[in-house]
Amino acid sequence: MDGAVNPRGEADFDVERIRADFPILATEHRGKKLVFLDSGASAQKPRQVIDTMIRTMETAYANVHRGAYHLSETATAAYEAARAACARFLNAPRPEDIIFTSNSTMAINLVAHSYGRGIMKPGQAVVISEMEHHANLVPWQMLRDGHGTELRVCRITDAGELDLNHLAELLADGKVGLVAVTHMSNVLGSVTPATLIARMAHEAGAKVLFDGSQAAVHRRVDVQAIDADFYCFTGHKLYGPTGIGVLYARAALQKAMPPFLGGGDMIASVTFERTTWAEPPAKFEAGTPPIIEAVGLHAAIDYVEAIGLPAIEAHERALVDHAMATLPHVEGLTIYGKAQDRGGVFAFALDNAHAHDLSTLLDRAGIAVRAGRHCTEPLHERLGAGAGTCRASFGLYTTKAEIDYLAEALASARRFFA
Amino acid sequence: MFDDLRDLYQEVILDHGRKPRNFRRLENGTHHARGDNPLCGDKMELWLALNEDGTIADAAFQGRGCAISMASASLMTETVKGKSVADAHKLGEQFRELAMTGTCPHCAAGLEDEMERLAPLSGVHEFPSRVKCATLAWHTLNSALDNQGKEASSE
Repeated sequence: MDGAVNPRGEADFDVERIRADFPILATEHRGKKLVFLDSGASAQKPRQVIDTMIRTMETAYANVHRGAYHLSETATAAYEAARAACARFLNAPRPEDIIFTSNSTMAINLVAHSYGRGIMKPGQAVVISEMEHHANLVPWQMLRDGHGTELRVCRITDAGELDLNHLAELLADGKVGLVAVTHMSNVLGSVTPATLIARMAHEAGAKVLFDGSQAAVHRRVDVQAIDADFYCFTGHKLYGPTGIGVLYARAALQKAMPPFLGGGDMIASVTFERTTWAEPPAKFEAGTPPIIEAVGLHAAIDYVEAIGLPAIEAHERALVDHAMATLPHVEGLTIYGKAQDRGGVFAFALDNAHAHDLSTLLDRAGIAVRAGRHCTEPLHERLGAGAGTCRASFGLYTTKAEIDYLAEALASARRFFA
Repeated sequence: MFDDLRDLYQEVILDHGRKPRNFRRLENGTHHARGDNPLCGDKMELWLALNEDGTIADAAFQGRGCAISMASASLMTETVKGKSVADAHKLGEQFRELAMTGTCPHCAAGLEDEMERLAPLSGVHEFPSRVKCATLAWHTLNSALDNQGKEASSE
């Protein structure tokens, strides 16, 4: 597995060999082979991640940054090596630019608190988009209500792309302190033009945050090329464990921002009268961090990089093309989003079946999809799909045959409800 | 492909799901409540008209949701018409037991016919994530009868 792409642009990608790394894909559910199309919610874990976490607990575990004994030093080195791996993964300038959190939600809340409350002034505005996950919406509403900032919502086009003209209008008065948008929609699959958005934000005097929860799994992210101020992703969608998230934050911002949570590990010295903060990123990591999870995330990054992001991207592009060639033939099926640049996420609805009924049927066929509004209630209202949709999302183990099987099951479900 | 799901989606459920009965506003209603399942986006609005003797003269609903939740609301409005408030509450309790366990061994005497009518929904007990779809209408009925104006939630 060397990540090569052949001249036809197809990945030199042995999907069966990859599938063999994921023990859960060999399991059966109610006598049906598992067809897991919910990686956008949380991805499955390869043997390499599972084994690394077990081995860590069995042979190399202690608390970090505390003990002066060998085992603690070993664990600390492993934890910090994970930070360095995340920095390389995002092409961050230094390992210290990476703050470990518990997930993307916590990363965004950290920025809302430390940058929003700590640096932004009441009256300044935060710009989000219509296609944000609740995780990149609710923290900014809370900031608005608690700190007096304004919340502006950038429209999307009917194709499901960010409306850049509207973004320019929202930035025009110079009051925007932060643009916080997704790098890839978890519903429409739309990939946003991050470099351009960052330039527009900076020219208007604003900082920019990208929610990379979906994007970081599907393509190479380079925070320096994008010129991002903040970029976050979560471990469990990247074939790693739950309980660990990553926030890249520009060094100068980390220095200026006050801490988020108080406690151990984030301090330099403590008296009853006053406390001084540790240097970043420790300043933002109060309490015992997710040590085993960091090591697991490191293993996941190693796993993904061994396959190669270009190969993963090519594999997923082939899956997206295949889905776009297959699913529209299912009678009565609506697929949401027609972005030019889209990743392996498809929200859809059948004309004669509610999303929940449909997912119950698909589950009976062994197919796991998400049903509901996928933490994007306002987007579903915008799409005229307030009753909910089903969503199929692909991972590096997804096959074209699984997409064919989904299409077949959808046609069969439509007949069932006819 | 899905023949074994006919226990859950019996013909009567598909029929009530497609063509819910009493699917209208009740202009002269005496009781009203909204029900909401925030997880999946099901929403319903229920109206009741009570006689002076406390029996339910009419029941109607509007809303959006899956076949199970629409069929359950439809069957419920048919079933509670003509019942006393106490019997409506009792039916609700028994229905929740039926939806969660598939049976109702302690069902009260005198309401057997009504429970028979609701029995097609008993299949949801095998689908833990769908039980709430079936019980939303009955939660909404409770809040219409007990807490005027308070929104019912399946959560």
